[in-house]
Amino acid sequence: MKKLMMALLFVFLLIALILGLQWGLSVARQQPSSQKGETLTFYNWGDYIDPSILSDFSKETGYKVNYQTFDSNEAMYTKIAQGGTNYDLAVPSDYMVAKLTKAGLLAKLDKSKLTGMDHVNPQFLNQSFERGNQYSVPYFWGTLGILYNKTKVDGSKLQNWSSIWSEQYKKRLLLVDSARDILGLTLISQGKSVNDQNKADLAAAQGKLSSLMPNVKAIVGDELKLYMAQGEADLAVTYSGEAKIAMEQNKDLAYTVPKDGSNLWLDNLVIPKKAAHKKAAYALINYLNRPDVAAKNADYIGYATPNQKAYQLLPKSVKSDKAFYPEQSILDRLQVYENFNQYWTQTYNDAFLEFKLGKS
Amino acid sequence: MNKTKKRFTEAYLGIYGLWLLAFVVAPLLLLLIQSLNVPGQGFSLANYRDFFTSGPYLAMTVNSIWYAFLITVMTLAIAYPLALCLTKLKHRQFWLLLVILPTWINLLLKTYAFIGLLGKDGLLNRALEGIGFGSSQLLFTNGAFLLVAAYIELPFMVLPIYNALLDIDPLLPAASRDLGASSWETLKKVIWPLSMPGVKTGVQTVFIPSLSLFMITRLIGGNKVITLGTAIEEHFLVTQNWSFGSTIGVVLIIAMALTMALTNDKQKKKRGGRK
Repeated sequence: MKKLMMALLFVFLLIALILGLQWGLSVARQQPSSQKGETLTFYNWGDYIDPSILSDFSKETGYKVNYQTFDSNEAMYTKIAQGGTNYDLAVPSDYMVAKLTKAGLLAKLDKSKLTGMDHVNPQFLNQSFERGNQYSVPYFWGTLGILYNKTKVDGSKLQNWSSIWSEQYKKRLLLVDSARDILGLTLISQGKSVNDQNKADLAAAQGKLSSLMPNVKAIVGDELKLYMAQGEADLAVTYSGEAKIAMEQNKDLAYTVPKDGSNLWLDNLVIPKKAAHKKAAYALINYLNRPDVAAKNADYIGYATPNQKAYQLLPKSVKSDKAFYPEQSILDRLQVYENFNQYWTQTYNDAFLEFKLGKS
Repeated sequence: MNKTKKRFTEAYLGIYGLWLLAFVVAPLLLLLIQSLNVPGQGFSLANYRDFFTSGPYLAMTVNSIWYAFLITVMTLAIAYPLALCLTKLKHRQFWLLLVILPTWINLLLKTYAFIGLLGKDGLLNRALEGIGFGSSQLLFTNGAFLLVAAYIELPFMVLPIYNALLDIDPLLPAASRDLGASSWETLKKVIWPLSMPGVKTGVQTVFIPSLSLFMITRLIGGNKVITLGTAIEEHFLVTQNWSFGSTIGVVLIIAMALTMALTNDKQKKKRGGRK
């Protein structure tokens, strides 16, 4: 009994100690900010900014940045909706901007406080997920495409999405574990829209998709780039950003966007309604929009920048890379995801689940 | 029992009771309420009806149970002889430590290590090539999934069996041999029945978590093995249909309760034995 009480006491002391430390730390963190400059909380994807940009920003403006990360749009949505932390700047993808706007969780941007918006390529403004950019400023963009091993696969045979159905890729293909993307590319291959909300079209797409199973080696998540870099599979459907990372690790890999079109994804800077340091958030948006900063950031991350002036500053080899900055004819065929309601989200996911359950 | 001691017990029970209420009973209730609270329909059994009339979800349930069963059988087949050997060893505490050691390492790290082992250019394939078998596809197969899952669950099967075997009075097997039983008969008729409580605990601690494995199904199984764990993950993270995700959770809890009921001792016997 005595031992038990001692153990309990020990646990309580430990908890008290941890809480005390946490409180102490938060006080310590707040103190300098109350004296000089504010601390803004930047809620971004992991490793999605050149860290030196943040320290340069602090030096230049006096604002400190508390960088916090998330790993999925949905996780970010939940955190912002719950409102436990007041994030000052967040980076949702296209369809999530629509969802956040609809839920009234974003602050309307005061255009008079934004500078450098004219640097942004109009191609990436005024998208269907948020007309007029009242709430969002594009940060990076990319595509869905095919990552392949040049030594095993002839890239010239990957002209359109239907080519991945070819029998020669039996058990050689990896797919990213995402209902929207995989059904989307199937819909494109049938000449339909990635935002199709027609039951017959979806059923047809599901039928076609099920015949892809013999080619599918695995359906995986973030680890797809690792598998491709290790040569575990010969080709994979994935995002341009993920492809870039794999290509840096394995020189035999190449990335292509099929000519019949694809998904264009956009990550955007937004200010949540509950932000406590809006002035600092505007300062950071404007700083990130500066051509030299945006170019530096794009060079570090490797994703495509929507900032035209920054694009001009990039090295020639990057600018001419058709895989990441496709020519206009392909750009014109890219489609942005619209936010689905619960019913269609569910329908797409159920269709994908059935596809995954289908044994090859 | 004197008064202060009694007060201690009461205080302890109070704390424990509160703990149970806050972290066991309340979450279970929330899960149940969430599963019944269908968005747009209010309280209804719609989710349960959808679950039990949907082909894919029933297929996943069957998958989950089948794979959990296979994992349990595999770990039991490995763990029982292992535990038996352990009890006979001289420095058994040390050997036991080696069995438990892998549980100190993060699950994700262990899984990633297996990717390196089973990959196309992994250690195992290199070894196979070395002895002239040629490399073969190991990753993303059912076999690989079962192997990794069984490896991860193994310590949880070994420990209870080991403890149960240690609890057996050594005089009993000795007597059995004295009376003319062969080693095999002793094992079958004396040791095995006496170690049953440990086996049952082991089966529970392996079977139940195996029902809702999800990460290994994707990393090692390449989503070619789909269990209910995958579905729950998807409903909470992707479709954000927490209501239906909770329904699957409740179904799993019921399945687990059934497993407990089936494997539990009906008559609780008081076990003696050495400590």
